[in-house]
Amino acid sequence: MWDTLINVERGQELVISIASGKGGTGKTTVATGLVQTIENCSYFDCDVEEPNGHILLQPSIEQTEKIYKPVPAINSDLCNCCGKCVDVCEFNALINIKFDIVIIEEMCHSCGACQHYCPHEALSMRRKEIGELRKGNTGNGVLFVDGVLKIGEPSAVPLIKKVIERVKPDVVNVLDSPPGTSCPMIEVAKNSDYCVLVTESTPYGLHDLVQSVDVLKALRIPFGVVINKFEDAFKDIVDYLEANDIDLLMTIPFDRKIAEAYSSGKIPAIFNNEERNKFEELFKRICSKVKTTGAEVV
Amino acid sequence: MCKTYKQIVVLSGKGGTGKTTISSAIASLLSNKVIIDCDVEAANLHLTLKPRVENKYDFYGGKKASIKQGKCIECGICESICNFNAIKNFQVNPYECEGCGFCYRVCPEDAISFELQLTGRYYKCDLHDGSKFYYARLEPGETNSGKLVSELKEKAISNINESVKWVVVDGPPGIGCPVNASLASADYVLIVTEPSKSAMNDSIRLIGLLRILKLRAGIIINKSDLNEEVCKAIEHYAFLENIPIIGRLPFDEQVIQSLREGKSIIDTNELYYLKMKDAIKLLKNEIRDHKNKLVEI
Ligand code: SF4
Ligand code: SF4
Repeated sequence: MWDTLINVERGQELVISIASGKGGTGKTTVATGLVQTIENCSYFDCDVEEPNGHILLQPSIEQTEKIYKPVPAINSDLCNCCGKCVDVCEFNALINIKFDIVIIEEMCHSCGACQHYCPHEALSMRRKEIGELRKGNTGNGVLFVDGVLKIGEPSAVPLIKKVIERVKPDVVNVLDSPPGTSCPMIEVAKNSDYCVLVTESTPYGLHDLVQSVDVLKALRIPFGVVINKFEDAFKDIVDYLEANDIDLLMTIPFDRKIAEAYSSGKIPAIFNNEERNKFEELFKRICSKVKTTGAEVV
Repeated sequence: MCKTYKQIVVLSGKGGTGKTTISSAIASLLSNKVIIDCDVEAANLHLTLKPRVENKYDFYGGKKASIKQGKCIECGICESICNFNAIKNFQVNPYECEGCGFCYRVCPEDAISFELQLTGRYYKCDLHDGSKFYYARLEPGETNSGKLVSELKEKAISNINESVKWVVVDGPPGIGCPVNASLASADYVLIVTEPSKSAMNDSIRLIGLLRILKLRAGIIINKSDLNEEVCKAIEHYAFLENIPIIGRLPFDEQVIQSLREGKSIIDTNELYYLKMKDAIKLLKNEIRDHKNKLVEI
C-alpha cells in the first residue's frame, strides 16, 4: 500500500470514469494507480466483457450476486400464435414458426412491448441470468466491485448498469470503462462527473482518441487526457490536444519495465515515489477541473 | 455456389495485444484476399494499409423515438411504459433511448415519431496490390455496432469473386455482440494474445465463447518474451484445450516505432517477417487439416 494517500473530505462525492477508444492503452493501469492514491475510495470495473481490475488490485471477494434480465416466457395454453408480439418486437427476438412462437433470449432487450401487446395475456416476464456482480475489499480500504458478463451473452449494458448502481455517496468512485465509443462506454461515461481518456503515442491512439473526444463533447462530460507509452518525438497527439484546447493530465513513458510488471499483474507495486506523486498530481488536477467546470454549469 | 475461400477472424479479447499489427502483417503476406476491419469503434487498419476509397455506404443503425411537441397532450403514458427511463418531461433523451418503439406504439395521440437514424458509414476500398479492403466508422456515441459489423461483412462477402482464397477479418475487442457478429460464417479464429495475466484471462473467456459457437482456433503469442512464466501458462492452457500455438513473436520496441512511422512491421524487421511467414504456413496447414477432419467425419 502506498504511504501517502490523498485525504478526501467527507461529503465530497466524485465519480471519475477512465476510458479509451482503443483497448490496451493502459486504462486499468491508470484506474488502479488512481485508486491507490485516494483514501476512502471505491473502484468499479465496468469492463464486464473482459474484467481485469481484479488481477491488478487482488481484492478479497466477499459477496457475489447473480444478475438477471427480464425476458418473455410464453404460456402455450393461452398463446394462439396470432403473432402480435412478433410484430412489435423491434429486435427480432421473437419468431413465428408455423404453430410456435420461438424466443431468442440473447436478442431480447427487455423492453416489455411483447407482453403489453399480447391480446391473450400469454406472455409473462421471467428472469434470465446474464452475469455476476462481485463485491470485495482490496485490503487497504478500497471497496472493489466488478461485473462478469456470462459468456455468450451479447449485451453488456444491463450488467454495467447494475455495477454503477453500487456507486457510493460521499466518496470518490473510480469507474473503469469498457473500450470503444458505443453503448457500453457511454453508459459509464454519462454516469461520471469527469472522464479521463487514456491514449497512447501512436497514430492508432490518436485516431481513436479523436472519436472518444467527440462522444464526451456530445455527452457534455468534462474530460482530460493521459498519454501512455509516451514518446516525445511523436508530436501528433500533443499538437491535437493543444489545437483543441484539451487538458493533458499526465504522461507515462514507454518502458519495458512497466510492460513486464503489468504482465505479472503487479503494476501498482512497481511505481516508485515519483510515479506516486504523478498520480497524486493527476487526482488533484481532476478535482480542480471538476470544481471549475461544475461552477460553469451552475 | 460452392465457397472458394476460407475466412480467418483475428480476435484478441483484450485490446492492445497487437491484433491490428498482426492482421496487417497477415494481410500483406497473403495473396488473393479480401480484408475486413470489423473493429468499427476503433478502426485502425486503414491507417497502416492506406487504401483508396472506392465506394461509401450509409449505415442506418436503428430507430429512435422523438416526441412531436405540438401533438403531445402530456398524458405521460409513454414515460410510464419506457423501461429505459428515456422519457422525462415529455422529451426523449437519445442517449437513453434503446429504440424499442414501445412508446411510439402506445401513444394515444400519435405524437411520437420513430425513425431510422444514420449512425455510421462503411467503405469499400482498393489496396495497392489490387485486393479489396472494407472498413466502417460508427458515429461516435452511437449504438448497434454489432449490426454495422454484420452489414459490413455481408457487403464484403457478397462482392467476392472466385479468385478470392482468403478473407481476413480484424475483429473487435471483448466477447459481446460485435464479436459475435464478426464471427458469422468464420472458418478459423486466430487469437492474438500476450503473456500478461489480463490478456490470458481474456483469451480464456474468448475461447469459452468459441466453444459455444463450435469454432476452431489457433493462438499467436505476441511479445512472448515479456513474461516467461505467463507465456508457459498460456501454452499449457492451449495444450489442454487442444488449441495449437501458431506463432510466437518477441517484444520489440521497433513495432511501436514502425507504427508511429506508418509502416508495417514486416517491412522494417527481418525477424518479424520470417516469424510471420512461418506462422502463416502453419495457419494454412491448420485450416487445411480442419477440412480433412470434416471430410472424415
Ligand atoms: S421484451 Fe421487447 S425485446 Fe424482448 S422479446 Fe419482448 S418485444 Fe422483443
Ligand atoms: S423507443 Fe423504447 S426506449 Fe426509446 S423512448 Fe420509446 S419506449 Fe423508451
